[in-house]
Amino acid sequence: MKVELSINGETRTAEVEPRKTLLDCLRDDFGLTGSHVGCEHGVCGACTVLLDGEPARSCLIFAVQADGYDITTIEGIAPAPGELSVIQDAFCEMHGMQCGYCTPGMVLTATALLRDNPQPTRQDIVEAISGNICRCTGYGQIVEAIALAAERLALANAPKNVPKAGTR
Amino acid sequence: MKPVPFDYIRPQSIHETCALLAQDAEARVIAGGQSLVPMLAMRLARPTRLVDILRLPELADVKQSGDSIVIGATTRQAAAERDPLIAAKLPLLAKVFPWVGHPATRRRGTIGGSVAHADPSAEIPLVALTLDADIIVRDVKGETSIKASEFFLGPMVTAIPQGSLLTAIRFPVWPQQCVGTGFHEVNARHSDFAFVCAAAQIALDDAGRCTACAVGIGGLGEYPVRLNDAAEALVGSDLGDEAIADAVATSMARLDIWGDLHASADYRRRTGGVLVRRAMSDARLTATARRQ
Amino acid sequence: MSTAPRHLRYVSTNRRVREDRRFVAGKGQFAADVKAANMLHVALVPSPHPAARIVAIDTKAALALPGVHYVLGGDELAGATDQLMNGLDTPQVRRFPLAVNQTRYVGEWVAAIVADTRAIAEDAAELVEVTYEPLPFVIDPEEALKADAPTVHPPHGSNVLLDRTFVWGDVERDFADSPKHLSFRVVWGRSSTVPVETFGITAAWDPWRELLDVWASIQMPKYADQIARALRLPANAVRVHQDIDVGGSYGVKRGIKHTVLCGYLSRRLGRPVRLIEDRLENMRAGDAHGPDRIFDVSLAFNDDGVIRSMKMRALDNAGAYAGRAPFQLGKPIGAIVGPYKIQSVEYRAQSVTTNKAVQEAVRGFGQSPTNYAIESAIDKVAAALNLYRVEVRRRNFIRKEEFPYLIPSGTRYDSGDYHTVVAKVLDHVEFKGLQAERDKIRQSGQLAGIGVAACLEPSGGNSSFEPLLNPKNTTSTWMESCRIHVDALGDIVTTVNTTSSGQGHETLVATVIGEILEIDPDKIRVVRPDSLESMPSNSPVGSRMAIMLGGAAFHAAQKLKQKLVAIAAHQFGAREDSVVYSNGGAATAQGDRRLSWLDLVTIAHRNWHLLPPGFEPGLETNHVYQVPTGGMLPTPDGRVQMYPCHSFEFHVVLLAIDPELGAPKIKRYVIGHDCGTVINPHIVKGMTLGGIAHGIGAALFEEFVYDDQGQMITQTFMDYLLPSSLEVPEVEIVHHCTPSPFTVLGQKGSGESGYLGAPAAISSAVNDALAPLGISVAKLPIRIAALGDAIAAARERASLRAAL
Repeated sequence: MKVELSINGETRTAEVEPRKTLLDCLRDDFGLTGSHVGCEHGVCGACTVLLDGEPARSCLIFAVQADGYDITTIEGIAPAPGELSVIQDAFCEMHGMQCGYCTPGMVLTATALLRDNPQPTRQDIVEAISGNICRCTGYGQIVEAIALAAERLALANAPKNVPKAGTR
Repeated sequence: MKPVPFDYIRPQSIHETCALLAQDAEARVIAGGQSLVPMLAMRLARPTRLVDILRLPELADVKQSGDSIVIGATTRQAAAERDPLIAAKLPLLAKVFPWVGHPATRRRGTIGGSVAHADPSAEIPLVALTLDADIIVRDVKGETSIKASEFFLGPMVTAIPQGSLLTAIRFPVWPQQCVGTGFHEVNARHSDFAFVCAAAQIALDDAGRCTACAVGIGGLGEYPVRLNDAAEALVGSDLGDEAIADAVATSMARLDIWGDLHASADYRRRTGGVLVRRAMSDARLTATARRQ
Repeated sequence: MSTAPRHLRYVSTNRRVREDRRFVAGKGQFAADVKAANMLHVALVPSPHPAARIVAIDTKAALALPGVHYVLGGDELAGATDQLMNGLDTPQVRRFPLAVNQTRYVGEWVAAIVADTRAIAEDAAELVEVTYEPLPFVIDPEEALKADAPTVHPPHGSNVLLDRTFVWGDVERDFADSPKHLSFRVVWGRSSTVPVETFGITAAWDPWRELLDVWASIQMPKYADQIARALRLPANAVRVHQDIDVGGSYGVKRGIKHTVLCGYLSRRLGRPVRLIEDRLENMRAGDAHGPDRIFDVSLAFNDDGVIRSMKMRALDNAGAYAGRAPFQLGKPIGAIVGPYKIQSVEYRAQSVTTNKAVQEAVRGFGQSPTNYAIESAIDKVAAALNLYRVEVRRRNFIRKEEFPYLIPSGTRYDSGDYHTVVAKVLDHVEFKGLQAERDKIRQSGQLAGIGVAACLEPSGGNSSFEPLLNPKNTTSTWMESCRIHVDALGDIVTTVNTTSSGQGHETLVATVIGEILEIDPDKIRVVRPDSLESMPSNSPVGSRMAIMLGGAAFHAAQKLKQKLVAIAAHQFGAREDSVVYSNGGAATAQGDRRLSWLDLVTIAHRNWHLLPPGFEPGLETNHVYQVPTGGMLPTPDGRVQMYPCHSFEFHVVLLAIDPELGAPKIKRYVIGHDCGTVINPHIVKGMTLGGIAHGIGAALFEEFVYDDQGQMITQTFMDYLLPSSLEVPEVEIVHHCTPSPFTVLGQKGSGESGYLGAPAAISSAVNDALAPLGISVAKLPIRIAALGDAIAAARERASLRAAL
């Protein structure tokens, strides 16, 4: 089937089997390999993307279901090549990662959290990322990175660089 | 972990959906996909066709209808979690959402999907059963409803007739002034399906006596169960700890309870009693608070 | 030995980790991100039986499916490749990537499908019809030891891979002389590191260059050599691309069978072939399970709690093939007494085959289970004597002034100050206050306990356990290397000669070289050459890279600095030892003449006439670094220097348990950590926090479980439970630094920190909580429901007693 998807603000089309997940489509058909395959059954969160600004597991939605959403992948988060968003930069500042495999999902989840809740408590952050498994860090520096990003965003009043939630 | 090949169709109406389902017994309905897609990925579900109902507009409503709240099948769990009508009228349902998966799965997962998936330890089916909601199904000929107490037949098996679509769940709203609710769950990790979960809703009269009582428990066996005899025994009582413990123990003694890797049958029986007691206790507290 | 610069500019400062930029942007390059033209995809047919004879494989229907290119069976592959290497000398325990004639565990690969897409390959895998004749099987290691047990490998003669008893010191006399004794059993359930990325590999054979290109999520010493040997290729015909980012490993990303399979298929089919394990394949047959052990421990000790001798028997369930599992019983010999002065030890290491999946190296290489056994022993001594658990540890600790300290099994510990670390931690937690908090929780009706654990992280990854357990193996070096090249513009390029899986090696080498050359590390380019261009490496195993890659980089940088000094001295007409090097330039002692970095580089690259006689032009140095303290083979009585360095950690945990549900909740977690000089604090912190989370998993959640039919019932993340952010508490770290005298900057390893003590600490806390009930748990993971059942049974017994 032909799908027409809006990804990081661009319209992209591909011919896919209905059984192809959005995750596989992003990776295979559009070369957006920042979304990672971890479990393919919806537990680990490595494949997280934003659908209309909301974190969702791209392994649990088929590409043929994904038309009409504003899809944001990790590739759509950096403001410009080589330039990091405040949240990405905070992850670097606190070393909120090790191997980097869960990191895109974490960054996207944090991006949605801080848009909706600019002053999260530690518990808010912990709950927000509870659907994203990180096997390296024990989460400590990830939580610290998100808290630091919240602080910096509050100070800078910087644009948060995420699409607004759509109507759906 | 790739699903078997299937066709995908997105019908434009409920009628068209029902017609598609009537034509093909191997077709499966998909909405949020949070339970179905893992089954597809593991090839435990092998449909010929996925019928996607997520965008049928009339299925996503939450509305009051007489003395009930009707929740459309494709209402997202996250939307229901934020819904003021549900918070006000269905406090028991409102209570369970934080236990349903993660924020990310609740944003996609639907109320109807959870009920239709019928995991024996899932929270939303337990609430539907405890309140004995009506599960509304449609086929090409029209609409019927099935009592939740007759709906859950086994693990991932329901009474939805072939060719029918679950369109909504009608939850009764209790008319009493002093209604209280409680929900407790035990699992290894917060977001997992429960080993055991228990839900209770009660109403108290001015004297603090129980005038209505509903208790349900999930995770014990093939489907969630409603402890009707316990509920009956407690109506008219003042819900003392001992009365609750006795009623629950008697009622649970009759249940067939299973054990698995995560929890023995003994564990489930014991903690089932504990969780019901805690849920009842919370219900009593919240109801009492409303009395004052 | 150490020539560390006096003032550290870059080492130990909170500099960013350079690898992080690409990861936050989603621009890591992981194995599954590699796309080769004309690539084909593999899926596997798993064995449904724990043991079965393969009677026939019918591939007709599978081959008829459009898009399917090939179906490979075990016979063809075994005929064309050599068997995979065993660590021990067990030639009759033969292993090939695909089962040959017989399957030995559920999930074992029986056939491989090659197709245009992974989905088609999976469709075809379902169409392969295998006729099996089920055989008797054995799952339990004690059953497997019995004479009448089914043998997993009949030609081997028994299920015993290893059964060796070491006696270091006069154990029997120490037992006879000691007034107190105790014995117990603890069990470490089979878990693993389970990275979020599964193993993935793409192999592409180029027949015109006779070269096999490999892109894999690998963390493995001598990987290319093993692939070449199995595929009967010269090693210089295998090119492993080491610039692949590995999505977590912590030991398990070995993938030998995957690579041999894909390498063979690529040669056979003339196209690139890729296998990315899916989660099911990874969990049931990824060759990635961890230790699975029963410990029987006896102690002899004095009335004051001083432990004199220990007997430990460790029985490990290796699974169906030998792999490196038996070696994981060998490595802990290097810290078999933990941080304690136990003067004699008897250690019996037994490794048996069963019909479970295969083990691979897991974080700590067997040390964490051993630490759990040792720490359980210390708690039991305290309980037996009614002493404080911390006090018993203090009385047995090696003292600061006793280092370097030779333990009975032949390893000389480098340094440590255990008493001070413990004192700092107790001070930080206000131990009395913590006890009061525990008691308050108890008064509220919950169970509550404080857990303590002290343990060592042997680091610097040597392989002395190989010659120790396999006399045919005479390996006595486990080197690591670094090359530094300065180009004609003065810019520095350096190498990491292996893959990384999140350890920050690029940051490590840049920091160390920057420190020595006194140049901003951010200006140093770090590359990862492919295996054909690389210097010798043994990969980041055994918590070794800070020590080994750091050491190699340090020496390569010192050599470079020495070259620059020599060039300068020649210009100045001065002696080399009078030249002062600073900030990349060199000056005379008086400071009247100075040559800048660029001046020196220019001379090296362009001015042959200015170079000292005999100098090679250009500016490049390299260094191959031998493991400090390494190099000796074991003595005949089984003593050997295992690893060079020994980091120390001390855990304190407060944990509450809902007595009716058995659900534990960690209320507070503090760790004191001493890994000598820290090169990058962010990295060490992350390792420690991540290790603790992993240890919490091993203690409470994670297990590969087999039922009595030999079926693995934890194949998904719904049953194999990884801790999420909600299960991991906020951890407080108390730092201490006791530099190692054996390393270039005083650094020790930290790659396994946290994990090596957390399971013991959690277990200690649970048992402290259960103590008032008179019960204890002796198996990890401690499942909520099992805990609940044990508490209920104890309460029932107590109420029955009360009624009598």
